[in-house]
Amino acid sequence: MILLWGSNARETHPIFFHHVLKGIHNGAKLYVIDPRRTSSAQWADTWLGLDVGSDIYLANAMAREIIAAGLANTKFIEHATSGFEAYREHVQKFTLERAECETGVPAAAIKQLAHAYASAGRAQLCWTLGITEHHNAVDNVVALINLALLTGHVGRYGSGVCPLRGQNNVQGGGDMGAIPDRLPGFQHVENDELRGKFEKVWGAKVPPKKGWHISHMLDAMERGELTALYCLGENPADSEADRHRALKLLGGLEFMVVQDLFYTKTAELADVVLPGSAGWCESEGTVTSSERRVQRVRAAVPMPPGVRDDIEIIFDLARRLGHNWGESKAECIWNELRSLSPMNAGMSYARLEEHGGMQWPCYDEQHPGEIFLHGRLWHDPLIGPRAPFSVVESEEPVDALDPQFPIRLTTGRRLDSYNTGVQTGRLASPLRHEETIDLSPADGRQYNLHEGDKVRVTSRRGSVIAPVRFDPGLRQGLAFLTMHFPDQVATNDLTIDAVDPRSGTSEFKATAIRIEKCMEQ
Amino acid sequence: MDLHLTGERPTPEEKAAVDLELGGAPESIWEGGAPGEDTDTQSSSGGKQKAESQRHLLLPVLHAIQNRIGWISHGAMNYTALRLDVPPAEVYGVASFYGMFSLQPRPAVVAHVCDDIACITRGSGELCDQLDTRLGPEGLPCSGGRAMWVRSNCLGLCERAPAMLVVKAGKKPQQRVLAPATTDRVQSLITDAANDVLPGAPDVLNPQLSVPQEGSRKLTLLRRVGKINAPKLDGYQRLGGYDALRKAFDLGPEGVLREMNASRLLGRGGAAFPAATKWEALHLQRDLLKADPRRKHYVICNADESEPGTFKDRLIMEGDPFAVLEGMTIAALATGAERGYIYLRGEYPLAAERLGHAIDAARHDGFLGQNILGSGLRFDIELRRGAGAYICGEETALFNSIEGHRGEPRNKPPFPTQAGLFRQPTVVNNIETLVNVPIIIKQGGAAYASVGTEGSTGPRLFCLCGHVERPGIYEVPMGTTLRQLVTLAGGVAGTGRLQAILLGGAAGTFVSPKEIDVPLTFEGTRAIGATLGSGVVMLFDDSIDLKRILLRIAAFFRHETCGQCVPCRVGVVRQQEALQRLVDNSPLGSKADELVMLKEMAQAMRDASICGLGQTAASALESALQRWNLFA
Repeated sequence: MILLWGSNARETHPIFFHHVLKGIHNGAKLYVIDPRRTSSAQWADTWLGLDVGSDIYLANAMAREIIAAGLANTKFIEHATSGFEAYREHVQKFTLERAECETGVPAAAIKQLAHAYASAGRAQLCWTLGITEHHNAVDNVVALINLALLTGHVGRYGSGVCPLRGQNNVQGGGDMGAIPDRLPGFQHVENDELRGKFEKVWGAKVPPKKGWHISHMLDAMERGELTALYCLGENPADSEADRHRALKLLGGLEFMVVQDLFYTKTAELADVVLPGSAGWCESEGTVTSSERRVQRVRAAVPMPPGVRDDIEIIFDLARRLGHNWGESKAECIWNELRSLSPMNAGMSYARLEEHGGMQWPCYDEQHPGEIFLHGRLWHDPLIGPRAPFSVVESEEPVDALDPQFPIRLTTGRRLDSYNTGVQTGRLASPLRHEETIDLSPADGRQYNLHEGDKVRVTSRRGSVIAPVRFDPGLRQGLAFLTMHFPDQVATNDLTIDAVDPRSGTSEFKATAIRIEKCMEQ
Repeated sequence: MDLHLTGERPTPEEKAAVDLELGGAPESIWEGGAPGEDTDTQSSSGGKQKAESQRHLLLPVLHAIQNRIGWISHGAMNYTALRLDVPPAEVYGVASFYGMFSLQPRPAVVAHVCDDIACITRGSGELCDQLDTRLGPEGLPCSGGRAMWVRSNCLGLCERAPAMLVVKAGKKPQQRVLAPATTDRVQSLITDAANDVLPGAPDVLNPQLSVPQEGSRKLTLLRRVGKINAPKLDGYQRLGGYDALRKAFDLGPEGVLREMNASRLLGRGGAAFPAATKWEALHLQRDLLKADPRRKHYVICNADESEPGTFKDRLIMEGDPFAVLEGMTIAALATGAERGYIYLRGEYPLAAERLGHAIDAARHDGFLGQNILGSGLRFDIELRRGAGAYICGEETALFNSIEGHRGEPRNKPPFPTQAGLFRQPTVVNNIETLVNVPIIIKQGGAAYASVGTEGSTGPRLFCLCGHVERPGIYEVPMGTTLRQLVTLAGGVAGTGRLQAILLGGAAGTFVSPKEIDVPLTFEGTRAIGATLGSGVVMLFDDSIDLKRILLRIAAFFRHETCGQCVPCRVGVVRQQEALQRLVDNSPLGSKADELVMLKEMAQAMRDASICGLGQTAASALESALQRWNLFA
């Protein structure tokens, strides 16, 4: 069984979805939870179209049903988890009937999913930004992890929880320490021993406190604490929620360097722009996919004139700042990482090549890598700490609906475009149409709209004009926009920068809007 | 799945036709239902397994639309795609595969006038010329826009040539046969159909006309045809019907297989494969069947009789339908199948009606169902109708057709007995083969095998047509000579001077009058490079231009190739073109060059086509070129 929660993988992870389809062709059941009946949902045995932001309610109601039906994996719970009693107590109030009221999903469908998930021999619970782009993102994730612990769908071949990464190397970014509180290999920066290990090899002091997420950085700019920014391969001028504010803050920096393949909106605001190389074809190195598989990438074509390898740029920058890091060779850096990050220690370039990529952890050159994580939870006796259940409460989205703003806008991606369009906007696609605000046909009737009519879309923060398209996969009161064409429709003028302080992600998925037909079409 | 529909919507009538076939309105807006149900908007059910489980309904749904509306619009196809969760491109692919479906608007009444080879000998050319004058050109509306006529491949009514089939779409769709057809009668039937005053029955079985031996005590296969009021079980039982099934229960599966083996029955559909071998292959898989509840065995009756000149199966279905059911039930007993299908060609309205009634009656009286005659045997039969595709008589194409895919043959292996219908072990037998089964069980296999020759046992049905005095279906023991058979049928008609005989239909071979003493056995015909095929014996007198017959056969194959494999798809087109050039006396290069090219083409099709259609598409032409110097 495959459960996609808050993920339209058919469009956003088309390669991954090919594997899902293989599973389906081999008899796997697919369940999709998404406010929209997306193209992924259309492949599902059952689609549950919950109201935006009611994920925790749904998860907790499933848990209650699983427990009540005697389908909880009590052996696993006793063996490897903690906090179950409090969790069980807590989910008692999430009855199917109330869940139907709160999520909009028929109780029968919730019950069916609960039973299917709990009684599946193997179940994968995959999620994407539908879970994480909320002000309570971490609670959402924890609610799903609770379900995996409750049913024992974790740490076994074919069973697990899996956040689908948005790019080929998001996982690799995290692995390499591009997280405010982690050093490479997910080693905590505030742990003196671990930090000391890095300082010794690097011959330099590492700041002993964790850094900022991007949304924290914007707050710091606002406070005047952050005045200079070195921005690599990111386009916050278009991608941040409440774009007006982001533009103002980025524009107000004392100094900004942008290193990118493209001259982005952010680059336009920069003092210095460094043309970077394309990681997948112009430079050497590795990437890590969603399944923790580290793979080699190789330079296949020469860089265009004036462009330099990202590693070279950083090494040169270090030299100018007085540090000679030696030869800027990808393999040297990788071998240094292997010496510092135990989970990557066994992955020499030679082995990566030999095995066509390897999955971490891989502790030494004899280690084959691991197909799945958390197998220790099944080990008897248990290895390591127990996995905790966490009590999480459901919370409404911050941007509440009211008569002034009666429509729930949610955002996402379409198959042939990527995020702010930096990488895709300039390439032709036979599928692409201009940005539209997608509405349910019922709302079209209510507002007396036709496809192509231009409407003004207004939130508490801003307003944009967009043509209307009808999507029967949307229900009345639910609208959809992407951020693919910020120059045409600046969707992030509407979104709210309500941030989950623990993940640093804004609530892109829930904006309250109203729509009005434009007089001049 | 995520369907990408085109914008066209169905009309209320199209929707009603689909809904009726599927047993009611859609359950949710996601399957094409009207908005309104609250729960629809926040959940839906579907999935690959559901889509797969209902895919087989695609062909019946397309039939329903065609029958109700007279053609199949894109809106109707979109709605079908939604309801069955099938990609619209595949709905189009299937709808456009079959000759009886029109994807262009058409009048409700369409008259299909056969201009195939048997009808040519009986004046279909003149008939079509006159229709052209009186009703206007083929394919254009006539009778005030309410009807049209089109030429058709063989309708399987060759003993009453020339033949015509009128199809009328509407709430009560109707098919009416007219044979022999005259211009006046065609014209008045079209007018009647357009005015909604059609005769009550689709056709009338006239034994005197179609079964010239009727009454002869020597008959076994045909002994009941014309004798019983077909849909009534008691009449069938009075004449010995279902005695064999009762005996089969006593024999048990092993006993049945023993008798079948002893009978040495070879399949009568054309390929002459030992019937018992297929049955045994399924019987040997019984342990697997018991071990896995998802495993199924199927028995299929191939009633897609479409070989030009062949009509024997039709007459059995019309005249003795229970015999088909009894044969299938015995097959089920021997093979462990609990479900059977009869795949009937779409152009046989009377056979469809009679088989349908017979299945109902057998079910009602406990000869089909959960516990047949208290024996514990569970078996039921479903009637499926083809839609005008010769290729669907090829067994693997037939599977695809039932499953709701284009009727394209599959590669073999796997053979049907391993992976056939729905990829399950399947036995496919022709109608005539199946009606031999009760006789074998009743007489015993050894007694059956004493009729005929060593290599060709039992009685055999032959379809005599063309220039023969008394056309019709004849039953003779295997080994009867061609001369004896022609004599039995009253000799050569027309000019009375025999020019050629076509054995086995369009996929068969021509023989010359010099070869008339060939014994009609599998081995006897093989010895002169001919084939029995489906039992066609079509006579041509010396007034016929054989080149015209060959061109018609070439046109037939060009029309009927499924287009899947290159040797056949290209070969049948090149063959027709080369033949046309030879007939027109305008060869590319010399005539000898064209003949060499035709020969090489035939070899390529024989060697490299994946199914029998391509492998035999040049057979008649080659046999004619060997025997006559047609292009001197």
